[in-house]
Amino acid sequence: MLVILNPLMRIIEIPMMALQRLLGVNRLAWVFLLPNLLLFGLFAFLPVILNLSYSLTGGDNVLLEARPYVGGRNFETLTSCSSFLDPNTCIEDKFWRAVWNTLWFVTLQVGIMVGFALLTAIILNRDIRARGFFRSVFFFPVLLSPVVVALIWKWILQREGVLNAFLDWIGIGGFNWLIDAEWAFAWTVFLSVWAHMGFYTLILLAGLQAIPRDVYEAALMDRASPWRTFRRITLPLLSPTMLVVLVLALIKGVQTFDEVYAFTGGGPGTATTFIIQYIYEEGFAGAPRLFGLAAAASLMVAIVLVVLTLIQLWINRRNVDG
Amino acid sequence: MANLWSMLTATRGKGRWDWTDWVSYSYLFLGVFLMFFPVIWLVLSSFKTEADLQRYPPTFLPYQQETVVVDGFDEPLPLFRMTAGDYEGQTLAQLRRVGLQAQMIDPANPGERLRVSINDREPVQGVALALENYTGLFERFNFLRFFWNSTFITVTATLIMLLVNAMAAFALSKYEFRGRTTVLLLVIGTLMIPQTVVLVPLFLIVSELGMLNSLWGVIIPGAATPTGVFLLRQYMITIPDEILDAARMDKASEWKIFWRIILPLSAPAIAVLAILAIMWRWNDFLWPLIVLTQSENFTLQLALNSFQGELQTDWSSLLAMTVLTLLPIAAVFMFLQKYIATGIASTGGK
Repeated sequence: MLVILNPLMRIIEIPMMALQRLLGVNRLAWVFLLPNLLLFGLFAFLPVILNLSYSLTGGDNVLLEARPYVGGRNFETLTSCSSFLDPNTCIEDKFWRAVWNTLWFVTLQVGIMVGFALLTAIILNRDIRARGFFRSVFFFPVLLSPVVVALIWKWILQREGVLNAFLDWIGIGGFNWLIDAEWAFAWTVFLSVWAHMGFYTLILLAGLQAIPRDVYEAALMDRASPWRTFRRITLPLLSPTMLVVLVLALIKGVQTFDEVYAFTGGGPGTATTFIIQYIYEEGFAGAPRLFGLAAAASLMVAIVLVVLTLIQLWINRRNVDG
Repeated sequence: MANLWSMLTATRGKGRWDWTDWVSYSYLFLGVFLMFFPVIWLVLSSFKTEADLQRYPPTFLPYQQETVVVDGFDEPLPLFRMTAGDYEGQTLAQLRRVGLQAQMIDPANPGERLRVSINDREPVQGVALALENYTGLFERFNFLRFFWNSTFITVTATLIMLLVNAMAAFALSKYEFRGRTTVLLLVIGTLMIPQTVVLVPLFLIVSELGMLNSLWGVIIPGAATPTGVFLLRQYMITIPDEILDAARMDKASEWKIFWRIILPLSAPAIAVLAILAIMWRWNDFLWPLIVLTQSENFTLQLALNSFQGELQTDWSSLLAMTVLTLLPIAAVFMFLQKYIATGIASTGGK
């Protein structure tokens, strides 16, 4: 690798030295920043502005100058419902199905996942033999690609798959798991917990290990009951980490797409269609390509994510200061 | 109840095994089963023949019918054990099957052709790996092409990201200049703009740049990450300024200081970021799905996803391809798992 990189670095040095002479040492900082800022500007900030203008225009042309201005009509289409609780009463019923699916999914997935991650972290924090091994075992699915995770479980859950064979064997009988709407939804939650739990376990374990030992020793001296120790020491001292984990899990949960798309394709029907898949399908998968609706929906998701990220940054700051 | 909570809170062993230890270890071993079994099952299944995959209930290990080479026949002949009829107990090789009858020969005495009912026999099976599932991938599909696309994207994007992020981190950690706080705030701002919420305009920009259906369209938009800048900056701040001053005394240019001093000294942080970048890029799905629409540009993930639609009945190829897709990441994990764990814990993911 160095054989290629060294000459390359030496070539870059020539213009950099010229710039250094021209600008002086301190203003050279901007030259170091330039590539990164250019990429951020072009692929993060400019898109945010353009996204706004997409959401205010209609038609199926991707070129902005060819798109007629429609004002807030995209947002009206998305939000005109006689009852927000019932997607059937909405013009864009698929959007609201996706919204409700996502809300249910995020609630269940984050709750179950953080619960099990906490339990696992607490058990791993005990005096466990081969802790490193167990930690890696719970962690390794995090590294698998979403498509691989989806295929692994599709293979296990298929009609003549190993799970049904096992259920037949103990006499319960098999199911067509992914054909039934409720089961398919339950399995997407399971799959997502399976794939991501290890990541949060790792963070919570780090949080538990950061709690000083002498606090527990003091509690032991005072003859505090284990339950009391857990509630009055472990939980309060872990709560900053818990908050970080919850917010991170929420941010990722809202954006769930890859593994579910490869696992159920959003089906059966729209039972497992989540909000990012709605955006993808409106903008890129179907014809006509409704970029305006996709952009308007993106904007709504973006607002949720900005709020969550601000909370995360605020917690981080408080953790550092406190 | 008190015992349950002592299990949840105890951080030291008490030198003896009580029931809370049993519960803990049971939980952990159940976890090992739940986490490992699906992957082991995938790998074992990927070595089964299509016929073996159809078997219900499935066997744990891959089985294949045994064959025998008999003089005078070009192809190896499948072996059967006779369970009834005139030849009960013998092992015969099948020449051909006609309806409910089969023409068999005794491998030891190939001259004589025997007619038996197919109900009187069962196949002789042994554990064997169906390697043709894997070799078939290279013959029937453009597998190497997908593998190359994924590798090219992962390697190029990781290198560009490391260089660009390291340069920015260097500027933000080792220079005093007006506007530094503003830049830091801008970098924090990009944390709030994940690709998933700007797909439409990103699509326009990439197509205006002529990078649609090109691997560069996947590589470039994600090349700068706020996570990378923060991770590297945090590390570079700890490098003492005196080293830089000494180098400046020796008339080293700033660029030389960057790649001869700062980069080598930041190696641990760069290694962590490189591992994360490799993981993100290799497993990336949504953005490649939008940018790459022609199958010759597909990454492994896209190929795998599109084949699972087309090859519903061809699980043997699909499973083998899945194994090959997870193999590189598994290898990285085995060798570098310590770095991965600390890296992910310190950055809080992407």
